[in-house]
Amino acid sequence: MEDETVNNVMCQFTDPEGTTLGAPLYLPQNAGPHQLQQIVNKLLNNEEKLPYAFYISDQELAVPLETYLHKNKVSVEKVLAIVYQPQAIFRIRPVNRCSASIAGHAEAVLSVAFSPDGRQLASGSGDTTVRLWDLNTQTPMFTCTGHKNWVLCIAWSPDGKHLVSGSKAGELQCWDPQTGKPSGNPLMGHKKWITGISWEPVHLNAPCRRFVSASKDGDARIWDISLRKSVICLSGHTLAITCVKWGGDGVIYTGSQDCTIKMWETSQGKLIRELKGHGHWVNSLALSTEYVLRTGAFDHTGKTHSSPEEMKKVALERYNKMKGNAPERLVSGSDDFTMFLWEPAVSKHPKTRMTGHQQLVNHVYFSPDGNWVASASFDKSVKLWNGITGKFVAAFRGHVGPVYQISWSADSRLLLSGSKDSTLKIWDIRTQKLKQDLPGHADEVFAVDWSPDGEKVASGGKDRVLKLWMG
Amino acid sequence: MPQGDYIELHRKRHGYRLDHFERKRKKEAREVHKHSERAQKALGIKGKMIAKKNYAEKALMKKTNMIYSLHEASSYCLLCMWIILYLVNRLAMHEESTSRRKVDDDVHDGAVPAYLLDRENTTRAKILSNSIKQKRKEKAGKWEVPLPKVRPVAEDEMFKVIRSGKRKTKQWKRMVTKATFVGPGFTRKPPKYERFIRPSGLRFTKAHVTHPELKCTFNLEIIGVKKNPNGPTYTSLGVITKGTIIEVNVSELGLVTPAGKVVWGKYAQVTNNPENDGCINAVLLV
Repeated sequence: MEDETVNNVMCQFTDPEGTTLGAPLYLPQNAGPHQLQQIVNKLLNNEEKLPYAFYISDQELAVPLETYLHKNKVSVEKVLAIVYQPQAIFRIRPVNRCSASIAGHAEAVLSVAFSPDGRQLASGSGDTTVRLWDLNTQTPMFTCTGHKNWVLCIAWSPDGKHLVSGSKAGELQCWDPQTGKPSGNPLMGHKKWITGISWEPVHLNAPCRRFVSASKDGDARIWDISLRKSVICLSGHTLAITCVKWGGDGVIYTGSQDCTIKMWETSQGKLIRELKGHGHWVNSLALSTEYVLRTGAFDHTGKTHSSPEEMKKVALERYNKMKGNAPERLVSGSDDFTMFLWEPAVSKHPKTRMTGHQQLVNHVYFSPDGNWVASASFDKSVKLWNGITGKFVAAFRGHVGPVYQISWSADSRLLLSGSKDSTLKIWDIRTQKLKQDLPGHADEVFAVDWSPDGEKVASGGKDRVLKLWMG
Repeated sequence: MPQGDYIELHRKRHGYRLDHFERKRKKEAREVHKHSERAQKALGIKGKMIAKKNYAEKALMKKTNMIYSLHEASSYCLLCMWIILYLVNRLAMHEESTSRRKVDDDVHDGAVPAYLLDRENTTRAKILSNSIKQKRKEKAGKWEVPLPKVRPVAEDEMFKVIRSGKRKTKQWKRMVTKATFVGPGFTRKPPKYERFIRPSGLRFTKAHVTHPELKCTFNLEIIGVKKNPNGPTYTSLGVITKGTIIEVNVSELGLVTPAGKVVWGKYAQVTNNPENDGCINAVLLV
């Protein structure tokens, strides 16, 4: 009976940031992920059992410890560090079919955005209109005319009550999504086209009033929709601003073609910090908390909140839970083919330089749980990076044209990419493989979005139709 | 009293005609058109004289522009000021009105998202939505082509008879006198079995293919001859005459099928006479 006894191995659980959980434990070697999950839940005193994924030296553990030790020839005498990562308790079904392609726009669809609660959809197009779509019947609902030129950006407020669009002529327009009517005259001020819009997070200010817009003319402006004017003009960049984000700590980040990222304080518009490092244009910024900031108080359960105060409270709760006790992280993708991971609140030097792409990085995006970073590049690949350390994890190859935009599913298990080769592709993070190929567009795909409730994916492109995809 | 003085006297007495200034304005406005008409029509020495005068005026204007900026920069002596004022007046005549009005840019076609606005437009991949149609046509062997009718080429024009044998009495050998495409794996047969000779000087591997929608031309590799309208024997021989449909390698154009795969081969019709021109020009069939 001697050889039937199970060998033990000394294990130490740590969370993704590196903090240890309890003392090292002797664990039987036949324990698999399922058993580890029970232990972690017990150690953390979780009331409801949460799913976890386990990583040993950046490789996911899918087999019992014994097999892993044998396969990788790991010494049983050392303490085995096991990283546990909490997973979403809900699962998003991968989309696999096109449920509707809705014609309507008379020119290319340039931007697509779901509202934070996932119940409404808006798109901006080269025919100078913004359109709102009825998701239940999959038909056009409102056509919002008023812009003078191509509608380049649209952004929903995190409480879902306003929609702002910016055009190539430099004017911004605020719409009421319930009626499809413009609320007031266009907001003028920018001298050139709008490159990005970002709303103030709802946990800082409810109801939503302020948003920031970035423009080609090198300025970012903070607007107040109840005063209907530009409150602060953030000028300092010497070239066009390409991307703007309003962080959860009340700081505005702007990335520009002058190779710098600037941080602005929002009450007076003072420059706090300048992040230098890139050798070429900064194309895209992403915050680790971006998904929570975008969805505000809405989560996968589909609860509605009656008052702005309640919304603010819930949003703050969600934000704090997401952030944990680590500072907010920022990732920037650039024309110099690299990305930088920053912790802007801590230091002005980058934490990691992420190299590997062979062409410019067009879009970067943190996963909703903040554990991954995905980057879309013109070298036809999508790369996946560890969101905390910035280490390279995997490359997703399959597109035959430059990848323009990416979008995460709410449970961080799937990634969607839209490309110039007219297809959308869905990638599985766990297996690091192509999950689903979604052909159907007749030309380049310019914009993709995965709805926050996970039911639908919307995409628009040069072929002028808006496509809805479902699982 | 000289004749011209009468009008002055009349004006002193009665003033100008009521429509005088209007007529004057119109005449001046018409003057540029008249001048341009004259300048366009004038031939020989007169044309040269007009051109010279125009050139002198233009050069003067350029200088005025420069002096104008000087004038803004600093003050001069009185004489200079006079000259400058004169020139500035002249400039003012030619300048556009400075009242600035904001003109809205007109909305262009081909909208691109903000992240592509600052990038140079490379050749836009126009999708081939008609790959099914193309397959159907391939089966039927019919093509709607840019050159629907081609001049039939007679056999004696296409082939040159080569006499062989010791006494040069045998006449079964033919040489193709047109441009041909010969595949990369081709080796010649022994002379005894080689009925058709395709001269290596008239062999082509590349064609200049124009994309009719992108309006640009690429030098692409030929994959094969799909159809020669003069007959199936010419098709199998790889003879390329005007109107022939060839298959070209378009992978570098970045065309994509609706399923997101790169298109490799595509058909094109030859639009010139390759045997005369020494190159192959073709139009892509989209």
